[in-house]
Amino acid sequence: MGAKTLYDKLWDSHLVKQREDGTALIYIDRHLLHEVTSPQAFEGLRLANRQPWRLVTNLATPDHNVPTTLTERAAGVKGIDDDIARIQVMTLDENCDSFNITEFEINDARQGIVHVVGPEQGATLPGMTVVCGDSHTATHGAFAALAHGIGTSEVEHVLATQCLIQRKMKNMLVRVDGELGPGVTAKDVVLAIIGKIGTAGGTGHAIEFGGSAIESLSMEGRMTICNMAIEAGARVGLVACDQTTIDYIKGRPFAPQGEHWDLAVNAWQDLKSDDDAQFDTVVELRAEDIEPQVSWGTSPEMVTSVNGQVPDPEKAADETQSKSWLRALEYMGLAANQQITDIRLDKVFIGSCTNSRIEDLRAAAEVIKGRKVADTVKEAIVVPGSGLVKRQAEAEGLDKLFTEAGFQWREPGCSMCLAMNADKLGAGEHCASTSNRNFEGRQGWGGRTHLVSPAMAAAAAIAGHFVDVRHF
Amino acid sequence: MQKFTVVDGIVAPMDRANVDTDLIIPKQFLKSIKRTGFGPNLFDELRYEDEGYPGKDPESRTLNPDFVLNQSRFKGAEVLLARQNFGCGSSREHAPWALVDFGFRVVIAPSFADIFYNNSFKNGLLLITLDDAIVDRLFQAVEQQPGYQLHVDLESQQVRTPEGESYAFDVDPFRKHCLLNGLDDIGLTLQDADAIRAYETKQASQAPWLFADQQ
Repeated sequence: MGAKTLYDKLWDSHLVKQREDGTALIYIDRHLLHEVTSPQAFEGLRLANRQPWRLVTNLATPDHNVPTTLTERAAGVKGIDDDIARIQVMTLDENCDSFNITEFEINDARQGIVHVVGPEQGATLPGMTVVCGDSHTATHGAFAALAHGIGTSEVEHVLATQCLIQRKMKNMLVRVDGELGPGVTAKDVVLAIIGKIGTAGGTGHAIEFGGSAIESLSMEGRMTICNMAIEAGARVGLVACDQTTIDYIKGRPFAPQGEHWDLAVNAWQDLKSDDDAQFDTVVELRAEDIEPQVSWGTSPEMVTSVNGQVPDPEKAADETQSKSWLRALEYMGLAANQQITDIRLDKVFIGSCTNSRIEDLRAAAEVIKGRKVADTVKEAIVVPGSGLVKRQAEAEGLDKLFTEAGFQWREPGCSMCLAMNADKLGAGEHCASTSNRNFEGRQGWGGRTHLVSPAMAAAAAIAGHFVDVRHF
Repeated sequence: MQKFTVVDGIVAPMDRANVDTDLIIPKQFLKSIKRTGFGPNLFDELRYEDEGYPGKDPESRTLNPDFVLNQSRFKGAEVLLARQNFGCGSSREHAPWALVDFGFRVVIAPSFADIFYNNSFKNGLLLITLDDAIVDRLFQAVEQQPGYQLHVDLESQQVRTPEGESYAFDVDPFRKHCLLNGLDDIGLTLQDADAIRAYETKQASQAPWLFADQQ
């Protein structure tokens, strides 16, 4: 047998059947569900009179649509003001009840963003295949799990068969060696990677993130990186399993115990690419070259250093890029060559499956401690990724730091990352956001998103415009 | 799933790279628990000048006259001509549902995002990847000739222009088979139920911590 990449190993260990036409049946160990992409799948099961293949592999929680204010959350699902959002969350509850699937309902302390909840519960384990009807499922690859987003037809397919029909992807390695400077975080690393390879740079590939800078990251940081693999076009992001991974998982509710734990830890030692494994594409970055990043446009690849300028469409590489930049500048209300630090913010959002874990909240709290949100910022909100993250932050007194500074402290959910609930931008408003997508209208009709790290978002909230958090 | 064999359709051009699924169908419409009815909100933010929300009567809204799908020459279009990385972003299957519900049967582009590509074939929407240079030529032809149509034949994997030029395209044999016959792939996978059970038995001994429920 030749040397294998981590992706090759995960693929091989989940291969149920290789078909002659080049497709393969791949077994799924963990299926996460939420309210938006599952109702039509459950309906499909019912219409075909099918049952879930293996119930215990499924875990559900509502996240996209749930309100984040305490007033609206107090009455549980019945208290959701928006009629169709309420029906969708209730439909998830009913489907999980009738098919007997474990669900953390809206006011369960374990409820939260599905990609925060899975790892937090130990429901995501190294060596697993993990899927969910959500493109940010790549997050779970931080645990050396083969994890990717699927559509609703595939949600139904996994429920009914415990398998997916797949073709093997290519292997890409993104190596980041060296030491990240103070104030430079996992978010800055992944934005810099996307800036370098582009939003389609990883299409058709599973990206493994490696190198000393990645190895030195916490699990939270690795999740932030893998989360945004999809913004580089790759469905799958991966980081090898090491002691940091194992230490994170130990003792979590769904993690193996006793004899099973020892067997698992032993097997997990092999969850890394072999030294001489071949990758189809290799991209290298130096950690020392990465500065705090800010996106200026309407695609995650439209990103630059906080000390940079908005680019000039006249200097674009080709006509397609020039048109895209022009259109982005018009939508964002920015001028070519404008300093990033001159962009003024109307709103600040700290949350999302990219950056709503305890480490993210600590980093933001550290920056705002003893300071006040600028008068010109209309709204600054912190939305913890889960009820348990919220509880932990409150135990550390972070909620007080945020509220004293003028931030709102909210209930867990996806919130303003995609603005399906009431948390959104108004037309023309600029937002420093720790989320993952700056597409047109993503955070609200006409809203203007700038993707940044939690520390950078916190500093921008205080200053009222972007600032280099390293000198703040 | 609707079968796909041959389509002779008017071509509508979407001259913009990296069209994301938020643009194809904005999130407020994802609260529906149905698979149908997304057509009126396809490209909502480009198509209308006012903000859309579920239940808003399309007749009451202000159309953006500059947007291609609002121009009479593209009325009834079944083929969408697009640029690179079409369908990037979220995994929402509502994107192909909206395209199909609007009446599109084919999207032609130099490249597509992975998840959107999978989702489209499961809904009878044929995605065709052609070289940049060919896509450029098609954009010019559509611009110059009102009512420009393409003939798309899945069986022979050919796109034919009114001028008589033919372009071959690749398609995965399994996807082609499902599309030509309108097949439900869950039924096909369940034909391999024994292989799935055999895998589970093997894994339960090799990775017992993942199969604690079966011991």
